[in-house]
Amino acid sequence: MKTKKQDYITYAVVIAAWAVIEILMKMGLLSSHLQGLLVPMVYYAIAAVALNLCVGILGELSLGHAGFMCIGAFSSAIFSLMTEDVLPGGLRFFLAFLIGTAVTALFGFLIGIPVLRLNGDYLAIVTLAFGEIIKNILNAVYLGVDEKGLHISLQNQMALGLSPNGKMLISGAMGMTGMPHDSNFTLSVVILLVALFITLNLIRSKHGRAIMSIRDNRIAAQSIGVNVVRYKMMAFTISAALAGMAGVLFSHNIATMQATSQYFGYNVSILILVYVVLGGIGNIRGSVIAAAVLYMLPELLRGLNKYRMLIYSIVLIVVMIVNWAPAAIEKREKIMAKLRGKKEEA
Amino acid sequence: MALLEVSHLSISFGGLRAVDDFNLTIEKGELYGLIGPNGAGKTTVFNLLTGVYRPNEGVIKLDGQDITGHKTMEINKDGIARTFQNIRLFHQMSVVDNVKAALENQYQCSLLESIMHLGRYGKVEKEMNDEAMDLLKVFSLEQYADYLASNLPYGQQRKLEIARAMATKPKLLLLDEPAAGMNPNETKELMDTISLIRDKFGITILLIEHDMKLVSGICEKLTVLNFGRVLAQGQTKEVLSNPEVIKAYLGDE
Repeated sequence: MKTKKQDYITYAVVIAAWAVIEILMKMGLLSSHLQGLLVPMVYYAIAAVALNLCVGILGELSLGHAGFMCIGAFSSAIFSLMTEDVLPGGLRFFLAFLIGTAVTALFGFLIGIPVLRLNGDYLAIVTLAFGEIIKNILNAVYLGVDEKGLHISLQNQMALGLSPNGKMLISGAMGMTGMPHDSNFTLSVVILLVALFITLNLIRSKHGRAIMSIRDNRIAAQSIGVNVVRYKMMAFTISAALAGMAGVLFSHNIATMQATSQYFGYNVSILILVYVVLGGIGNIRGSVIAAAVLYMLPELLRGLNKYRMLIYSIVLIVVMIVNWAPAAIEKREKIMAKLRGKKEEA
Repeated sequence: MALLEVSHLSISFGGLRAVDDFNLTIEKGELYGLIGPNGAGKTTVFNLLTGVYRPNEGVIKLDGQDITGHKTMEINKDGIARTFQNIRLFHQMSVVDNVKAALENQYQCSLLESIMHLGRYGKVEKEMNDEAMDLLKVFSLEQYADYLASNLPYGQQRKLEIARAMATKPKLLLLDEPAAGMNPNETKELMDTISLIRDKFGITILLIEHDMKLVSGICEKLTVLNFGRVLAQGQTKEVLSNPEVIKAYLGDE
């Protein structure tokens, strides 16, 4: 089957990139600064895959995926902080991963109930609002744990009434601190592969076809008996869960995190959307490549100092036009046809 | 017992009675035509029959079962499938996937099996593929199976839409202007296909059409709508020679 082969190519590209980077690292060719960027690069790629499932496969624009990353990050970090002294690193991260993903899926489902009643632009704006709500709530919450269990407050640390040997988990706007550094580049690539496996397999199944049929024509989908509400919820929940996976990686790669705009605001949602659009809406492999390249680009341009964001923006515009302007697509197809013609002659 | 029994069906949009006291009885195996001038309410009748609109009054019975007020999705399960006047394919999906999407409710496979590609997934996927290909062969579309639906020529898109509707195994098939935009050759081919569906699959068909050659060629009975009301009803030949009908189509003098 042709489509199956495409999926294997996607996995192969990811594994090959991982191998090359690992070798470069072993040879000492990557600066510690660049090494520090590898995990973030992968979690943005995962977030882009998650968002593409929502935008490209379900066909609904979400501007709140940073909010889902935020939920995944905080829920898994809470678990890891609580079990830091009890569980060994590997098992702890595995369980944190499952919990972060499951909690985000739950929130994706709950938020999907009101959101998916809307279509198009209206849906996008409401997801944006939910993303901001999540961020702001996590900014205001104080959470601590002691031998009596969890304490939660919206006022201040004192209001928690923690016993002396209790432990702060979330300190309001100060966020969370002291998370174990459980993630690494290899682990994050494994999680990316898991996210790809789930997404690509879903697309090639009867569930995926039902989801895409709603995207292509909702009225026709209903006319052939597709349960539109059910499949929209399904796709949105899975998409949220995948974004939660990216969040798990985030919180286990950083010592201190706050629910700030820099990490989880709508600008991050837009950034991920840029990756998705540039890589091709509905093109999962494109999302991974676009996220990796566009994330690394400003960092690689760091030598150019104050001009780097300008160059980044120009590159973005040029790549967007070269890839997706109708005239450029036509030209590309002509060249491809010519090349193919030559191949057949030979 | 009649397959479809529609009685006193009415719907208004604002002050306009788009369909007014519409009655229709279709026997099993009939090839029935619904005709009328533009804006007569033909597509509105289809939308009422398939649950897109809820009627203000009236009862729709399929195979003796009252399906009035059922949702579109349920009506497909009740046994009515349709095509659309402006083609509504899943244009970014392949031709074969368009048909497979319509087989969705006939095969059981859990979400987990779909995501892991384990358990029933392989078997279900193969059976769906075989069934879809068989159906595409009936419509001579098998060579286009891997094309994107949007890349099909117009006439083939119409046929694919019928194939997709057929995949849901309906008792009653509604075709909304199946010959619209077709050249005479394509129309001829379409007439053969429609007859084949009825004869080979035993499916009852109700179609809206403006092409009189097609209507008089294959429809056994007709209902003529004008301004939302039934103008004439009965055997094709009698209806078409009815002076009222001729007047509605050609106008006075």
